[in-house]
Amino acid sequence: MWKLIVRRTLITIPQIIVLSLLVFILAQAMPGDALTGLIDPSIDPATIEAMRERLGLNNPWYVQYIDWIKGVMQGDFGQSFRFKMPVSDLIGARMINTLWLSLATLILTYLIAIPLGIISGRFNDTWLDRVITGYTYIGFAAPLFIFALVMLFIFGFQLGWFPTSGSVTPGTTPGTLEYFISKVNHLLLPALSMALITTVSTVQYLRSEIIDTKQKDFIVTARAKGASESRVYNRHVLRNSLLPIAAFFGYEITGLIGGTIFIENIFGYPGMGELFLSSISLRDYSVMTALVLLFGLAAIIGALLSDIILSLVDPRIRIK
Amino acid sequence: MNDVLLEIKNLKTSFRIKDDYYAAVDDVSLNVRKNEVLAIVGESGSGKSAFAFSIMGLHTRAKIEGEINYKGNNLVNANANYMKQLRGSEMGMIFQDALSALNPLMVVGAQIDEAIFLHNPKISKSLRKKQVINLLNQVGIPRPEKTYYQYPHELSGGMRQRIVIAMAISNQPELLIADEPTTALDVTIQSQILDLIKELKDTIHAGIILITHDLGVVAEMADRVAVMYAGQIVEIADIYTLMENPQHPYTRSLLNSIPTLAEVKSDLHVIQGVVPSLQNLPRTGCRFASRIPWIKDSAHEASPELHEISHGHFVRCTCYKDFYFPEKSEEERNYVAN
Repeated sequence: MWKLIVRRTLITIPQIIVLSLLVFILAQAMPGDALTGLIDPSIDPATIEAMRERLGLNNPWYVQYIDWIKGVMQGDFGQSFRFKMPVSDLIGARMINTLWLSLATLILTYLIAIPLGIISGRFNDTWLDRVITGYTYIGFAAPLFIFALVMLFIFGFQLGWFPTSGSVTPGTTPGTLEYFISKVNHLLLPALSMALITTVSTVQYLRSEIIDTKQKDFIVTARAKGASESRVYNRHVLRNSLLPIAAFFGYEITGLIGGTIFIENIFGYPGMGELFLSSISLRDYSVMTALVLLFGLAAIIGALLSDIILSLVDPRIRIK
Repeated sequence: MNDVLLEIKNLKTSFRIKDDYYAAVDDVSLNVRKNEVLAIVGESGSGKSAFAFSIMGLHTRAKIEGEINYKGNNLVNANANYMKQLRGSEMGMIFQDALSALNPLMVVGAQIDEAIFLHNPKISKSLRKKQVINLLNQVGIPRPEKTYYQYPHELSGGMRQRIVIAMAISNQPELLIADEPTTALDVTIQSQILDLIKELKDTIHAGIILITHDLGVVAEMADRVAVMYAGQIVEIADIYTLMENPQHPYTRSLLNSIPTLAEVKSDLHVIQGVVPSLQNLPRTGCRFASRIPWIKDSAHEASPELHEISHGHFVRCTCYKDFYFPEKSEEERNYVAN
């Protein structure tokens, strides 16, 4: 099994190289370079050209790529044109915010999906199941950004239960309990809005897995052994049905990236997604490139996690 | 007869299709005695498995009527808790396809262990493990200590079937239902498994209901045979009577379809048509009539009953008296030959 995990992990190396190449080429393909908009137009073009030469912007693309990747590996993504500060410093704080938001969303997603999926699958074609599937259809049909706006309007503005923007109340000192509670309070509404929508595919998936599993022969065997219904479900149906859900976990991470971009903008939550959209509209290339690379990396790690989890829970996949 | 283990009276198992119920097992009455092998024979779709599942109470969405008397209790619509206690302890079941009958995510030892644990929760884990190892030995698994920790997909078909058998006999059942235990296996393994079941019959002294479509298996294993067609028993007799003196057209057709080495036949007998589906089953008259169209209608009874033609030998309908195998036309012979 360890062999499988090591081998699967090694596969991510070429994946990451291809990703970085793609990101770099896309950035190069964009019109202009670091000096186009930054420099006072009254400066002598010859000076600019000399500066280009000095910064290595006239080098062939592969030399530039190697220069860039060397920097990236040391955490140097360049300077943000908008904030006039290193991109790594800019992203750092926001990455932590996005991680918390994603984690909260993931937890809520499974907290909603697992009980609903189990009820819906076990008691399929009852009114309870119809209510739950009805909810999943609504979830599939409702666009995340519209739903999030509605949530923000109702719970943020009308009822005033949750703060409507930011990630923490200004003035609280980091490390205190008050700070932590404020963080959680700011997280809850965006995470819940996203979870309520993204969870529906997991609910449906789990439901159909359970319906499928409960008709399998080994379930009849378990009953024939004298197992009670609750034991049949907890011991035999559930474990076999959760398997594909576990495998789906990594891809859930990929889905979160798209979700956070919308959610952070709507809730004014200072994370990577919010930074990404504002960087696009302000042509802050170095920030964009760094963010695309990080999002891509998250997707690769997600797929890796999926495969590792699957190999841990399903004995049929373990290769000797 | 006080050695009756299970007395089944007018059992009717119906499934709901759209808005109507259709009986897959229709008015079946028979007894299972202690320490005997009762074979139930029939084509696919004749209601054999539905019958077995009804006894164990394993149907989840069926309407069951009639009586199944076991130790003074009627198992039809019996208390769910009582059925749970019976299943796996006093009644064991061997399934047809061992690969799908085993949980793919549990080591086989744990699956047998579960069967013991469910009925004897007080036995310690180490003692249970000893019992599992003993069972594995008993069903002829070569390295039980190793096999205990293997997953179903790591074992061969024959080994898997042995595991399923070990599970079924783990609490020394008084009634063992074997639902086509050898169908999914190749011939050499089949005979090993049959030998094992025979051996077990002598050690655990259980009444065994053997469900099969293989008359070879029946001849080798059974004490008594019930032939089922379209949900009904059409003939029931002890094995010698049935093999020597089969009466019902269906039984005779089945026996006639077996190739023998003793006699050289140019072609095999084929029973015309198929078992009608549940919805298209004629509910009045002789159910086999449509498959022997050359027999005149007046030979059949209007509502066929089981007639005892000699002691313990019952045949349904009167058509057996007038039954003969048709001569093949020249055209058919050529068709088969080509």
